[in-house]
Amino acid sequence: MTAYLDGALDDADRERLEAHLAECPHCSEYLAQLRVTIEALGKVEVDDLPDDAVDELVGLYRRWRRG
Amino acid sequence: MAVLASAGVEDDASLVERLRTGDESAFVALVRRYQARLARLALATVGNRAVAEEVCQDTWLAVVRGVDRFQGRSSFKTWLFHILLNRAHTAVGKELRAGRPEQDVEERFDASGAWASPPVPWSERADDRIVAEQLAPRVRALLAELPDSQRQVVALRDVEGLSAGDVASLLGLTAGNQRVLLHRGRSRLRALLTADMGTER
Repeated sequence: MTAYLDGALDDADRERLEAHLAECPHCSEYLAQLRVTIEALGKVEVDDLPDDAVDELVGLYRRWRRG
Repeated sequence: MAVLASAGVEDDASLVERLRTGDESAFVALVRRYQARLARLALATVGNRAVAEEVCQDTWLAVVRGVDRFQGRSSFKTWLFHILLNRAHTAVGKELRAGRPEQDVEERFDASGAWASPPVPWSERADDRIVAEQLAPRVRALLAELPDSQRQVVALRDVEGLSAGDVASLLGLTAGNQRVLLHRGRSRLRALLTADMGTER
């Protein structure tokens, strides 16, 4: 399934899978759930960085620049 | 001259150019853009907050030292993650393995090839965009329950959006291994989300 989602199946395999999906509600549901899982992962928010974390790294940078 | 993308946000390439000239504001912008993710990836790899912090600091130092030599053949993001993962793996002296075969995948089908327990529908339309948004915070928490090797691949491919080729080379995996880990990770998350929904009924 992941090869299918990656576009990595050759034409013959892809057609066989799609033919199966057309007939099999379980596999279709499974694939749909995988797609939703992947979409949810893509929406994972990255935390905002606290200011002191930025300051610490900037301090590092300035010390490095001073050599 | 800074190059702005349509949203008025400066792209990585432009920040890197400014960083090369010693522009501190470019460094700050890159830190704000990436440090939270680096910290999370470092912690996921080394398992220890203090070591993860050190790994991140070493990474940024390596970036400012190496930015002159960075030629832009890969994206800055890929290069950055490569440095981080190198430092993180060195810190714990471990290598990623492809992972042992897992029963939950092999047992999904019965002897006749039919589903042993078919997937329970999540909603009226399982491909609903709203369902994905509602699931996002939960799936983020569930990532922590994956084995390290699966979590790293899923995080880099599906959360960070890196390509299959980049992730394979970042983690020292073959394309096949990378895909197997990705599939197992996604599959496990799908199953965990389903279990979540079951307990809510």
